[in-house]
Amino acid sequence: MGEMQIRPLTLNFGPQHPAAHGVLRLVLEMDGEVIDRADPHVGLLHRGTEKLIENKTYLQALPYFDRLDYVSPMNQEHAWALAIEKALQIEVPKRAQHIRVLYCEIGRILNHLLNLTTFAIDVGAMTPLLWGFEERETLMEFYERASGARLHAAYFRPGGVHQDLPDGLTDDILKWADKFPAFIDDLETLLTNNRIFKQRTVDIGVMSVEEALDLGMTGPCLRATGYAWDLRKSQPYDCYAEMDFDVPIGTTGDCYARYLVRVEEMKQSLRIIRQAIETMPEGPVLAENNKVTPPRRGDMKHSMEALIHHFKLYTEGFHVPAGDSYTAVEAPKGEFGVYLVSDGSNKPYRARLRAPGYYFMAAVDYLSRGHMLADSVAIIGSLDIVFGEIDR
Amino acid sequence: MSDATQTQDSAPEQSKNAAMKAQLAALLGERATVQLDLQNAIKIETSLQNLIAVLKLLRDDAKVQFRQLIDVTAVDYPERECRFELVYLLLSISENSRVRVCVGIDEDAVARSVTELFSSANWAEREVWDMFGIYFSGHPDLRRLLTDYGFEGHPLRKDFPLTGYVEVRYSETQRRVVYEPVHLTQEYRDFDFTSPWEGVQADIAPPPADEEAGA
Repeated sequence: MGEMQIRPLTLNFGPQHPAAHGVLRLVLEMDGEVIDRADPHVGLLHRGTEKLIENKTYLQALPYFDRLDYVSPMNQEHAWALAIEKALQIEVPKRAQHIRVLYCEIGRILNHLLNLTTFAIDVGAMTPLLWGFEERETLMEFYERASGARLHAAYFRPGGVHQDLPDGLTDDILKWADKFPAFIDDLETLLTNNRIFKQRTVDIGVMSVEEALDLGMTGPCLRATGYAWDLRKSQPYDCYAEMDFDVPIGTTGDCYARYLVRVEEMKQSLRIIRQAIETMPEGPVLAENNKVTPPRRGDMKHSMEALIHHFKLYTEGFHVPAGDSYTAVEAPKGEFGVYLVSDGSNKPYRARLRAPGYYFMAAVDYLSRGHMLADSVAIIGSLDIVFGEIDR
Repeated sequence: MSDATQTQDSAPEQSKNAAMKAQLAALLGERATVQLDLQNAIKIETSLQNLIAVLKLLRDDAKVQFRQLIDVTAVDYPERECRFELVYLLLSISENSRVRVCVGIDEDAVARSVTELFSSANWAEREVWDMFGIYFSGHPDLRRLLTDYGFEGHPLRKDFPLTGYVEVRYSETQRRVVYEPVHLTQEYRDFDFTSPWEGVQADIAPPPADEEAGA
C-alpha cells in the first residue's frame, strides 16, 4: 500500500458552547487530538459601538462602555471619562477620584471572580462557580446602591461620578471586605493545590515575556509571564498614585500562573478598597463646571442659570477641543484604551476602543498549537475572554 | 500635583516626554517628524514609504525599545487628499513611554503590513481592512473579522450609513435567515442641537462695529 495523505480533521467549536465564554466560533484543524491551527471566528456580538459613538454626544456615548466588557462595566467608563477630562483639561474632585478607584477595584474583583470560577468550571470544578456568583451578587448590590443599576451603571461621568454614595454604603463595603478574604481562602483550598486543576493548567498555554509583548498581551496575562507592568503603578490615573498596593507577578506564564496572579490581585484590590474608603475626603463628587457637568437638582429649582445649563448639556452636550489623544486604564483584563479624535464639535469624530481581550483572542491560535483539544478550553478560560469587548 | 486630574500631566512627566521627543527626533532623522501635542503626548508623522523603517527603528533601538504594538487603527477624513490616517500606538514598557505613529494613506493606496515586526498587528490590521477597506500587503491572513460572512462595504467609513444597508431575520416560510434591505418604520432622526449662536461666533468674525459698541 502506498503513502496515504490524511486530511486534517476540522472541528467546529461553538458558537454556542459553554466553554466559549460567549459567542465564539472556533474552527480547529486537528491532527488526531492535537490542535494544528485554531481559527477564531469572532464578531457574532458585533454591535458597531465605535460607529454608534460617532453619532452620539460625548455623554450619550458613555453607557456604551458598560456594554463592552459587561463583567466589569465601570472600569471601561473610567477610560472614557478620563479621555474626555484630558481633552477638556478639567480637574476631578478628590472625593470623586476615591469613589472611582473604589468602584474600579470592586469591578476588578467582580471580573476576577467571574473569570476564575468559570475557568474552574471549564476544567471540571463546579463548586467555585456557585460560590463565586454569590459573592458577585453582593458586589453588584454595591453597584446598585451607588448607581441604581446592577450592571450597566453609567456612574462615572466626565468630571467625577454621577452622585454621591448613600449613607452607610462605605461601612457595608468595609464589612464585606473583612469577610471576603475567607472566601478567597475557601476558593484557594478548592483550586490552588487541586491535583486535577493543576494537571489541566500547569504548563498549558505557556508564554515568555518576549512572546507576550509581541502578541500585545497586557494585564494579568503579561504579569503572569513575570513582567511587573501595571498602569495603575507606571502611569497612575486618579488617586492610584496615593494607594499602597503590590503588583503580583507569575513566573511561568502558563494558565496556572494566570490563575495565581488573579487570585493575588483580588487580595491587593481589597487593600486598595480599604484605603480608598479610609482616606476618602468629604466634598463634591462632580467638578463644579456647569459647562461640562450638570447642575445639582436642588439648584435647578431656583436658579435660571442652572436650568439653562441643564437643558444645554442634555441636548447639545459639551464641545471638546479638536485634537486626538490616547488614554488607557488598567482594566481587570488588561490595558483598555480609548483613542479619541475630536473635531471640536459636540460629538466624537472617531473613538477607537482598544480592548485587551481582542489581543488575547488573537493569541489563541499561537497558544493552542500543539496542545490537546481539551487544553484549548483551559487556554480560553485562563486568558479571560469576554465577547462584549472583543466584538464591540 | 495632588489636585491634578492625572499625574501623567505633571511636570516631571512633561520633561520626560520632551527628552524622549528629542531622542526620537535624533533617532528617526529625516524619516519622520516628531512633535508633542497639546496634551503632551508624542506624535510621530511619517510617510507610507518610511513606515516600516520607522517602526523597526522604534522597536529595535536599545534606548527607546517600543516593543509593544498596542493598537493599529485608522481615521477617515473624506475631505482630505489622503483620505485615511493610519495610527499605530506603541508602548515601551522599559521606558514607560507611549508614542503614536500617524501616516496618511489614500483610498487606493496599499499599506505594508507590520505583522513581521509585531504579531499583535495581525488582528488589528484585519479589523482596519474590515472596517475601513485599507489593504495591507504581506499580511498572512487578511480576511474580514468582525462583520458578517459575505458582508459588503466598510462600516467605519464616514459615507457608510449608521443603519447599514441590509437587515436579517428568520423567515418562517423559507426556514432560514434571510437578508433584506433595511426598512425603518420611522426615518432616522439626527437632531442638530448645536447652538446657532456659537456657530456664528466660530465661523464668522463679528464685524468691528459690534466690538466697539460692546466696549
